[in-house]
Amino acid sequence: MDTTPLWISLRTALTATIAAFILGLIAARFMYAYRGRWRGVMDGLFIMPLVLPPTVVGFLLLVTFGRHGPLGQMLALFNTSVIFSWSATVIASTIVAFPLMYRTALGAFEQVDRNLLDAARTMGVPEISIFTRITIPLAWPGIAAGTILAFARALGEFGATLMLAGNIPGRTQTIPLAIFFLAESGQRTKAAIWVLVIIIIALGAIIGMQYWTNRQGLMPARGKEGKV
Amino acid sequence: MLIAKTKKMNLCLIISLLCIFLLSGCGGGSEAPAATPAGEQADRQDAIIPQELTISAAASLSDVMEEIKGYYEEKSVHTLIMNYGSSGSLQQQIEQGAPVDVFFSAAQRQMNALQEQGLIYTESRVDLLENDVVLIVPVGGAETAVQDFASLAGDAVRLVAIGDPDSVPAGRYAKEALSSLGLWEALEQRLILTRDVRQVLTYVETGNVDAGIVYRTDALTSTAVKVVDTAPAGSHAPVIYPAAIVANTGKRQAAEDFMAFLQSDLAKDLFEQHGFVFITGTLEQ
Repeated sequence: MDTTPLWISLRTALTATIAAFILGLIAARFMYAYRGRWRGVMDGLFIMPLVLPPTVVGFLLLVTFGRHGPLGQMLALFNTSVIFSWSATVIASTIVAFPLMYRTALGAFEQVDRNLLDAARTMGVPEISIFTRITIPLAWPGIAAGTILAFARALGEFGATLMLAGNIPGRTQTIPLAIFFLAESGQRTKAAIWVLVIIIIALGAIIGMQYWTNRQGLMPARGKEGKV
Repeated sequence: MLIAKTKKMNLCLIISLLCIFLLSGCGGGSEAPAATPAGEQADRQDAIIPQELTISAAASLSDVMEEIKGYYEEKSVHTLIMNYGSSGSLQQQIEQGAPVDVFFSAAQRQMNALQEQGLIYTESRVDLLENDVVLIVPVGGAETAVQDFASLAGDAVRLVAIGDPDSVPAGRYAKEALSSLGLWEALEQRLILTRDVRQVLTYVETGNVDAGIVYRTDALTSTAVKVVDTAPAGSHAPVIYPAAIVANTGKRQAAEDFMAFLQSDLAKDLFEQHGFVFITGTLEQ
């Protein structure tokens, strides 16, 4: 049995999770502070990939990154193209995983006691340190949950990936794509094996993250104990 | 405090998991409707009783079937619920007991599989339509290197989209045609395998592939693609669309009525307007 979908899926989901983690935190930090009149619109745009059907997201990405699309033509200047490549699987997964990371992190930030941040400010701590040393640690359970969600969503991504990356065995065929095409062509045993594999990865990631986060929570100076 | 916190985390994770399951349910496209108790709608002798028929039709039939539905519901007491999808998905739904009354497949293979399992009424099965397999290219833009099937082997052709040969009938015909034209080996590395014919159209329309292989009827639905070649007869198995009544229908008479309508002159005109070749004759196998 061809094992390439496993490695493609793992590489894609991990890369997309890291990308969504960074982009999601930046977007959440920005929206946490931003109270301007575009707030509603921007929040809506950030959430959009979660609301739209994945195939529609895939179609929009195809039109954007395609040969005649604005980004596609820009990339063509550098003689590259992302369509039907491994990068396309990462882009598709990142886009659909992003809203989960962003929204969960923003929610977690808003739970943080602003008095603590103000206290740090009175002591002259720079904003960047306040963010990395106070806000993130205090919001960690939420951020961790967002990361798990983002990973799971990236791992399971199907519609947008199929549209933007195509179904190319050995290059862009992730586990969900392999399962879909195996099931469609009646090869149910192979499909079932992949279903089992993806369940094991997802459960493993979630249980591992939970274990790790709980250990983090036991450390003194972290989490809500700080407030006592 | 610690215990409370851990509990909160667990709750958080459980909610996360629930979200994942809910979200993952959204990706799959068509889903089988919940099964109804078998025999609930037992055969009524009285054909006048209005029935609601569920028709599972191949996605490539969707345009023409919408028109057929309009005409049929005008003249008949019955109403139709259309369920479109790839013939493979539709076959699997029927195998899993989905309450379908008539199956209209884009290929013989799926119908044969159901027939072997006794899931359709063999005597109701008819080969209704035939379709051509054509080569399409994007309209406008740069001039294309693709003039016909033979030119696909040229170096200027980078990507060609076809349906996945294992699951999409149009892809299987494309593979057969390319193989018998001696092009499969040369093209294999340049193929993008899609999950349905519409996806091939999208890739060609947006110019992301140099060419695609679809049915003539699909090519006719788009103004952004043009047909440059037709696969010669005999290069692939004939593209036949069989229709049959599903065995667990429970609405046999209404289904017979609809099957008769599909073979009427009015339906023939509609099918032909959409580029299908209308054929008749019951399959003997």
